[in-house]
Amino acid sequence: MIAAAEWTADEIMTVTAARALGSGMACFVGIGLPSTAANLARRTHAPDLWLVYESGTLGAKPGHLPLSIGDGILAETADTVVSVPEVFNYWLQPGRIDVGFLGAAQIDRYANINTTVIGDYADPAVRLPGAGGAPEIAASCKEVVVVLRQSRRTFVDAVDFVTSVGYGTGPGDRARLGLRGGGPGRVITDLGVLAPDPGTAQLTLVSLHPGSTVEQVRAATGWDLAIAPDLAATPPPEPGELRVLRELTGHG
Amino acid sequence: MPLDEGVRTLVRDGDTVALEGFTHLIPIAAGHEIIRQRIRGLTLVRMTPDILYDQMIGAGCARRLVFSWGGNPGVGSLHRFRDAIQNGWPAPLEIEEHSHAGMANRYVAGASGVPFAVLRGYTGTDLVGQTDAIKPITCPFSGEELTAVSALTPDVTVIHAQRADRAGNVQLWGITGVQKEAVLAARRTLVTVEEVVDTLDPVPGQVVLPARVVTAVAAAPGGARPSYAHGYYDRDNDAYRQWDAVARDRASFQRWLDEEIGAAVPSGGER
Repeated sequence: MIAAAEWTADEIMTVTAARALGSGMACFVGIGLPSTAANLARRTHAPDLWLVYESGTLGAKPGHLPLSIGDGILAETADTVVSVPEVFNYWLQPGRIDVGFLGAAQIDRYANINTTVIGDYADPAVRLPGAGGAPEIAASCKEVVVVLRQSRRTFVDAVDFVTSVGYGTGPGDRARLGLRGGGPGRVITDLGVLAPDPGTAQLTLVSLHPGSTVEQVRAATGWDLAIAPDLAATPPPEPGELRVLRELTGHG
Repeated sequence: MPLDEGVRTLVRDGDTVALEGFTHLIPIAAGHEIIRQRIRGLTLVRMTPDILYDQMIGAGCARRLVFSWGGNPGVGSLHRFRDAIQNGWPAPLEIEEHSHAGMANRYVAGASGVPFAVLRGYTGTDLVGQTDAIKPITCPFSGEELTAVSALTPDVTVIHAQRADRAGNVQLWGITGVQKEAVLAARRTLVTVEEVVDTLDPVPGQVVLPARVVTAVAAAPGGARPSYAHGYYDRDNDAYRQWDAVARDRASFQRWLDEEIGAAVPSGGER
């Protein structure tokens, strides 16, 4: 486990997520790790990344990381500020957003996401914040990238509540449900990267982060995880990426 | 009119009340006045019940909550909201929940005077079936299956804005969220403002709400703190971080209610 000494679990997740973003893409950004990753990408390899926050700030270029999706710095640096109905109806819904980032409390093998409750909906063990913009981000972005730490608690056989749909109950379900976006293309964790198998739509381990092992990833997954035959090794974070990331998060 | 009079006149026990403001321009002072006046049995509506609704729920104002995301942005959970849902403290809280797109469209329908709005969304999620406000609908032109959400028509919408003129026209700018729709969807409206001015000088990106859709204006300088008012003061992010510890247990929350609001709540289930 040499990795832990050089970068944290959050840092490799953030750097790997940032690399999923290309310059010129339109990215729907949630707060927390997704916002950090998107701003890291904009300061490194993707200077023309177009950041859309659900507060209606289109093309925001914050000079420091906002704490909320509606901090003043987003409005001050945006190309334009639109209303909340407009950001969802005119920008997200028609498919104008390339990539949406989502977090999750639970995820299943078809990349369905729960951010609503742990336990029974009517009498929850833990009440989580709920849906926010996620269901429509999951429905309408061209690609969804999910970022969360991997454990048996988060990677479960069946989510307690489907807040946002990945691939439903399997291949063909997205089309059947009328979901026009591509669905989750990558799930980035602290151990590796998973992607849906083109045949089964089930999440499969496609890349292993430095320092983690296949056994470790399997042990942190609540279903019998398939491993891609051409399993890749995630390139480690580069010093430049880590430096910019640590400047952004104030851990420099 | 003064804020206390505005709340007393416009917000009644049992009302459906929307306090809107998407991170920016949250009507905190008005919410605190509702707590202080011990208004009870409210259906509280808000896309993002953040620390303000945490406070109002903990103070026992709410019977029901209609919302789409209940958290302290960038910080974590809302402990009073969770305590009410998980443990019924200080009173049981019914919930009706949506996605942001669903809530935004429900306000659009309310503002437009139609009974529902149509969107692509919700299909395949477990949100459908938890409330009668979300139903599938077939497009009469294409036959496509879409989702209908019922209109939101609050008894009262309360917002905070930067300025009003003496005739009661209201001007807000920066992130304007869903406030225009929430005001136009409501039967009565209360707007608190940073200042009342003689003339509303135009500002880029402004929303102007004509006086005829504003029932009452109350001057409340600083009335959005610790949220912010673009052009007046910044978001107090430390206050949002500090709220986490205050709200975490009932005793420290009750101390806050007593000391900051002057409205201690009994530990029982007062409604």
